[in-house]
Amino acid sequence: MKRSSDDRRFRLGTGAFAALVLLIVVGIAIELTRQSTLSIAKFGLKFWTTSTWDPVSGMFGALPFIWGTLYSSVLALLVAAPVALGIAIFISELSPRLLKQPLAYLTELLAAIPSIVYGLWGMFVLVPLVRKFEIAMGAKPALGVGMLAGALILAVMVIPFTSSVAREILKNVPSTQREAAYALGATRWEAIKVAIGFGKSGIIGAVMLGFGRALGETIAVTMVIGNAPQVTASLFKPQYTMAAVIANEFSEAADELYLHALIEIGLLLFIITIVVNILSRLLIWSMKRRVAAPAVTQLLAEEVPV
Amino acid sequence: MKRKSLVVLLSIALAACQSNENESKTQQGTPAAPASGSLTINGAGATFPNPIYSKWFDEYQKSHPEVHINYQSIGSGAGIRQLTAQTVFFGASDGPMLDAQLQSAPGAILHFPTVLGGVVPVYNLSGVTAPLRFTGPLLADIYLGKVTKWNDPAIATINPGVKLPDADIVVVHRSDGSGTNYIFCDFLSKVSLDFSKKVGVATSVDWPVGVGAKGNEGVSGLVLQTPGAIGYVELIYALQNKMPFGAVQNNAGQFVTASLQSVTIAAAGVPMPDDFRVSITNSNAVDAYPIASFTWFLLYQHPTDKARSKAMVDFVRWALKDGQKFAPSLGYAPLPQAVVEKEIQALSKIQ
Repeated sequence: MKRSSDDRRFRLGTGAFAALVLLIVVGIAIELTRQSTLSIAKFGLKFWTTSTWDPVSGMFGALPFIWGTLYSSVLALLVAAPVALGIAIFISELSPRLLKQPLAYLTELLAAIPSIVYGLWGMFVLVPLVRKFEIAMGAKPALGVGMLAGALILAVMVIPFTSSVAREILKNVPSTQREAAYALGATRWEAIKVAIGFGKSGIIGAVMLGFGRALGETIAVTMVIGNAPQVTASLFKPQYTMAAVIANEFSEAADELYLHALIEIGLLLFIITIVVNILSRLLIWSMKRRVAAPAVTQLLAEEVPV
Repeated sequence: MKRKSLVVLLSIALAACQSNENESKTQQGTPAAPASGSLTINGAGATFPNPIYSKWFDEYQKSHPEVHINYQSIGSGAGIRQLTAQTVFFGASDGPMLDAQLQSAPGAILHFPTVLGGVVPVYNLSGVTAPLRFTGPLLADIYLGKVTKWNDPAIATINPGVKLPDADIVVVHRSDGSGTNYIFCDFLSKVSLDFSKKVGVATSVDWPVGVGAKGNEGVSGLVLQTPGAIGYVELIYALQNKMPFGAVQNNAGQFVTASLQSVTIAAAGVPMPDDFRVSITNSNAVDAYPIASFTWFLLYQHPTDKARSKAMVDFVRWALKDGQKFAPSLGYAPLPQAVVEKEIQALSKIQ
């Protein structure tokens, strides 16, 4: 048997698997569209912009769910990103050697907890805490469940993902980068800044991975967000997400239009996830071009005036 | 060598897929029973009666080892969809099928009530120990956001002697589509014109106020930890978890605390149509609890698979006669005798 034919077969085999991924994505898009035609035909673009969700009268608008999904995910990211990066930097750069492995292991363990467990924890521990906070802030009525609780639980769930990936990125920054910084007389903090600058695009990728995870999270959010479809910036009011409404209502929906509306929400979530991913790719791509010049030269430039 | 093992693996995997396919075909499709004489019947639907159905299937198999019934509790709506698509032999639902749904099915579908359930109001008011009383219109106004304070005169006048706090009412409803929602809204729509216009009856509705919690456990969890909250859960859930709940005024003017008896009485107080598709909320019987409902088996009237059909009819007959005695211990209200007799007659329609 010739080596070259083995090579070709190997390439075809793995290529087929890669094509499978593409097929699945396209298949999902086609199937979601096919099964939501009734709702697409009836509501058109109004589905994106109206707020009534009334299965009894057959009026469906997805705006509160889109809003709730994006709002909760962005808030979660604002809370999670700094914490996750802090964990990653500590483990990879500052932690004593003895603590490194256990800490890394523990953060990864957090990612393995089923989301229903997070949900229960949220309902019985986080929500009462949030309620106390709301009472202290003078919110009326102080519900505990709502956007704040939803965003916080998402943040907790996203942190292990983002920090694990960010830690890997920092680990893979060549040690020559840090050594070069030290050689130039950098302090520890400045050397870490160099490492972060080198891995910037990867770290952004880690944060976006967390965002994608927050967009699709279902059960834990459903249990604490209050499940009331409304568009409001209030952190204390109950709101709703796209994944949550599908999980809540799909099994009991028997009416055709109602089913199609729920599946169209799935389609919207699919589209939004893809757009977010494309945007983050673009961001990383544009950064990579800018960071082409090694980060050390930046440091050098900063040091010159001193 | 490596290639060989890969081929073997692949063929094993393929064979496994094929045998799975065969299996599912014999389970769901029309071919006659396998040679061994055992019969598998698949059903799907409501989650609420799942504990009693599991018990029935289990007990029935002890005396009829040849009949094996699988039931997936995937929700009433999903059960109706699967029955209509003929991927299961029978369905189960907490609400009767609508006319439009019946018409879109490939054949005539019959309803058979199996047991009864009730829905009770639960609340969290510190300092209030005696069970509170509610009227239907009052519950409707609370869920419409018209009554917002616990010391509202509408609550105070029907609860004389109870010291009600000057606290906001936190309204909690079920966020997931459920038979519980259906029964609760069905009752409120009957007693309040405003509720029927603004909200209506369905397994999921557009609630004007309040927060949604998932499942009985979600509603009760939220009510228990939120001062001033009101919610509604299945009677069986409140009984099993020893939660106190309020009494509700029935159509005869009595305040009735839900119990298995008062739920069964509700079924007796409503004239029974021949297709058993009937709402028994707000029953006329004097001692009836007003927020009660049947849960139904759904069967095709003219199934093509006669062997399976006969086994299923035998089982339903057994469930209606002998099976009822298992209901109270699991928290379900048994059917009134008159309903059982009418159903056994109706079973002969299945051919």
